[in-house]
Amino acid sequence: MASELNKLTIAEASSKLHAREISATQLTRDCLDRIAAAEPRLHAFITVCEKEALEQARAADARLAAGNAPALCGIPLGIKDIYATRGVRTTCASRILEHFVPPFDATVIERLRADGAIFIGKTNLDEFAMGSSTENSAFGATTNPHDISRVAGGSSGGSAAAVAAHECLGSLGTDTGGSIREPASFCGVVGIKPTYSRVSRYGVIAYASSLDQVGPFAKSVRDAAIMLRTLAGKDVRDSTCSARPVPDYERALTGDVKGLRIGVPREFFVEGMQPEVEQSVRAALKNFESGGASTVEISLPHTGYAVAAYYLIATAEASANLARYDGIRYGLRVNAEDNIALYETTRAQGFGAEVKRRIMLGTFALSAGYYDAYYLKGQKVRTLIRNDFERAFERCDLIVTPVAPTTAFKLGEKMNDPLTMYLSDIFTISVNLAGLPGMAMPCGYDSNNLPIGMQLIAPPFAEEIILRAGDAFERTGAFKPRTPAV
Amino acid sequence: MAETKITLEQVRHVARLARLELSPDDEQRLRADMDEMLAYVDKLNELDTKDVAPTTQVGEAGTPMRDDEVTNRPAAEAMLANAPSRERGYFKVPKIIE
Amino acid sequence: MNTEAYEAVIGLEVHTHLLTRSKIFCGCSTTFGAGPNENVCPICMGMPGVLPVLNRRVVELAIRTGLAAHCTIAPYSIFDRKSYFYPDLPKGYQISQYETPICKGGYIDLPAKENGEARRVRLTRIHIEEDAGKNIHHENASLVDFNRSGVPLIEIVSEPDLRSAEDAGAYLRQLRAILRYVDASDGKMEEGSFRCDCNVSVRKRGATEYGVRTEIKNLNSFRFVEDAIDYEVGRQIAIVEAGGKVAQETHLWDPTRKETRPMRSKEFANDYRYFPEPDLPPLVVPPEMVEQVRASMPELPADRKARYVREGLTEYEAGVLIADRGVADYFEATLPGLKNRKSAANWVMTEVLRIARESDRPFTEAVPPATKVGALLLMVEAQKISLNAAKTAFAAMVKSGKGAEATIAELGLAQVSDESAIAAAIDKVLAAEPAKLAEYRAGRDKLFGFFVGAVMKAMGGKANPTVINQLLRAKLAG
Repeated sequence: MASELNKLTIAEASSKLHAREISATQLTRDCLDRIAAAEPRLHAFITVCEKEALEQARAADARLAAGNAPALCGIPLGIKDIYATRGVRTTCASRILEHFVPPFDATVIERLRADGAIFIGKTNLDEFAMGSSTENSAFGATTNPHDISRVAGGSSGGSAAAVAAHECLGSLGTDTGGSIREPASFCGVVGIKPTYSRVSRYGVIAYASSLDQVGPFAKSVRDAAIMLRTLAGKDVRDSTCSARPVPDYERALTGDVKGLRIGVPREFFVEGMQPEVEQSVRAALKNFESGGASTVEISLPHTGYAVAAYYLIATAEASANLARYDGIRYGLRVNAEDNIALYETTRAQGFGAEVKRRIMLGTFALSAGYYDAYYLKGQKVRTLIRNDFERAFERCDLIVTPVAPTTAFKLGEKMNDPLTMYLSDIFTISVNLAGLPGMAMPCGYDSNNLPIGMQLIAPPFAEEIILRAGDAFERTGAFKPRTPAV
Repeated sequence: MAETKITLEQVRHVARLARLELSPDDEQRLRADMDEMLAYVDKLNELDTKDVAPTTQVGEAGTPMRDDEVTNRPAAEAMLANAPSRERGYFKVPKIIE
Repeated sequence: MNTEAYEAVIGLEVHTHLLTRSKIFCGCSTTFGAGPNENVCPICMGMPGVLPVLNRRVVELAIRTGLAAHCTIAPYSIFDRKSYFYPDLPKGYQISQYETPICKGGYIDLPAKENGEARRVRLTRIHIEEDAGKNIHHENASLVDFNRSGVPLIEIVSEPDLRSAEDAGAYLRQLRAILRYVDASDGKMEEGSFRCDCNVSVRKRGATEYGVRTEIKNLNSFRFVEDAIDYEVGRQIAIVEAGGKVAQETHLWDPTRKETRPMRSKEFANDYRYFPEPDLPPLVVPPEMVEQVRASMPELPADRKARYVREGLTEYEAGVLIADRGVADYFEATLPGLKNRKSAANWVMTEVLRIARESDRPFTEAVPPATKVGALLLMVEAQKISLNAAKTAFAAMVKSGKGAEATIAELGLAQVSDESAIAAAIDKVLAAEPAKLAEYRAGRDKLFGFFVGAVMKAMGGKANPTVINQLLRAKLAG
């Protein structure tokens, strides 16, 4: 009978590993077996690191035997293919980096390595993190483990699906406008976007520098807290990274929500939402109230402007961040007679359609004569959105909303009109603009068996409130996870 | 029918600025896409932001600084390892004409 | 061509490397002369995922320069991305400062003209930025080396206050002296660590509006700057006189053909799409930091000159010595133990600077170490050697590199002050010249000099002239 250690949570596996009931090698093999079985339908991984993972597992086992190993020692994780991993190709799901092998590790990769975590592979994403469905990957889309005719969400679709399908016990994603929370919601797993500057961005290939943030996917809130504890904290290599001390996030999981004031923004329950999504989130709110929390209606009046502001700011920053891809020092090169042609053809052939769209829009937003009307205007509206949240948090400790207006849509359904795709980020984007922490966790299923997620938002650096509330919700047992179909 | 937000000429100019070669089909599609997006972001003009400061950088002010120490050792091979075209320790490109 | 009717209006933009050990945003070395791409890391090479971290010394040296040029130091300034594509620019943008530079305003005073007219050149701003790599051009390819990418620069922009090529040269020399004085830069134009772009326009004398200006780029010697400005001013006046319009262009100076010509269409021409650098929080410079920098700064040339005058030198002497920091430092290093500063000043100004001018090596390599010269001067002051002997010894020291005492001994230049020996020589001379002695006694005072010379000759040139004078006077009186 096949062992299915890959179905364990991090907390469970860690406990058994430390007790030497199971080995990291066996755990890793089970994950690899599951990957081999599911990948033809799921396509969550761009690169599977079988050899490296088993080597890391061997080392982890030795460390666990010696005693005193960290919590993540021996835990197989998927890594979004946007993190620089030394010696392992890092593609950003783009042809322009298809064969790029970084000579360095991202800071968070170094931290996970130091803890003895195992990198089982590099997961699929929308190219350069630009997208909400992982359909913009140059290497094919990732499907939803609950229904492979549907998207896993994006841009961190591979990382979300891999955890949901038990191909690994946890994974890393990035979130710029919702790219952790939306796929977490679509795939029925927990995903956190920490406060901007909580986690180092060094070695995370940049999309939009003032919005990008590193975060974990996990099967439970506790697991996410365990991962966040290792990821977070000051890094001298990232000048925007906060020096604020990192609390032991696991200790925040008291299970108690008595007295918690939960804000419910009226702008997040709108026309055009899938009714089951609204029902499921409102049921979760009732659940919180039963635990002793109170709800209060709040207003975030500038919510409707967030997508517009985002698509000016993010694309502007991206247009500069992606200027380095020119075929000279690394990556794809299309040979040409002169340098202009070198740049133009290399970039035309190396970038996909969505990336080009955003580069064009961003370049335009910064260009002479348009800077004030577009980029600057976007940054001013950003201030208004931050102020909205600041005011709201005077009246509540936590804000709870849906993550997306619908559950996972069909593959190909939104590919014809970019704007339609952009609007699926409507509930997540303002959180990035304000730099706040946000977590998505499953709270129900719709009639098609598709997961519904709720979003918990807190003031800056108040991840503990989110984790406490989320963990408390899990403990009530109101949400019962179903095995994905894949 | 709302006025056009961006012309084909402007699209070509932006493509040149961004160093992207566009086929005639690409140009048309991008013009239409950008037009739609720019019309959409127009809604920001409903907001009076005259007295609002832009959020140019998030996080606390004050650039962290490092000491003036040489901490890197030469590693030319590793730096050149991903080079698509190289010659004797240099990155090679088509001849640059001033 | 009626040049008198027109006035040249010139502004200069100087980019200079700051003297730091490591680069502005990474820990790579800034040393000149390494093999290609040896001083390079993922950050200064623009690899995916990297982030900049600011070098504190860069900020300190920028502040020093700003203080030396009387600028206002901004308590709060922002870094910006300046976007353009060029093979030596790894990120496709340069991190610079646009709307809020670290220093604003300021001025540099040039040495007064012969007619006494003071010249003050106002500055617009000084800002911090990173340098790009270097391209080497071959027959059918170009090769890129990123060693220079990320080396810190400051850009110093002057107001268009200069009115002639000569003014421009004087300004550049003064600016370079200041930069060297505060150890911000070594100002070596030939090594590319001090680059100058000129903005040149002309207008009718008396007009208040500016004419159209051309920019002349990448001039890498003071001479080229002056020649290029002269040429361009002439070129523009000719156009305007003939009724034409000067085109706003960027030019390169051709030193062989001695003319400016327009650059090919600048591909990275105009739209830099500046926006605030999101990877660097705003730079905060509190007053305490400015004071710290001010306190740790080397003495400024003007202050040093004033000090020399207080200590006894003339304005002229002080002025010559401080013109180059190396010379002023050298002068001060000769002083320990010496009572007479003026003799040291004189020596440096005449003997030392002469050797330095004649040599084609840098100052410190061309002349004997200051301490050795100091020792020589001490010997003169102690009357162990005569001034002439010192000059002979100095010439030998320049060639041999040996110390003062060793050289004096070797060449037997020690001065004899022994009174009995000199008295004996005097006696001999006077005994040998009875006729002249009689003439002297009869009133021909001029013969005193003759006797002194004869005694000196009898003693092989080594007698202490003061002692000769003393004893001879005594003997002749008696």
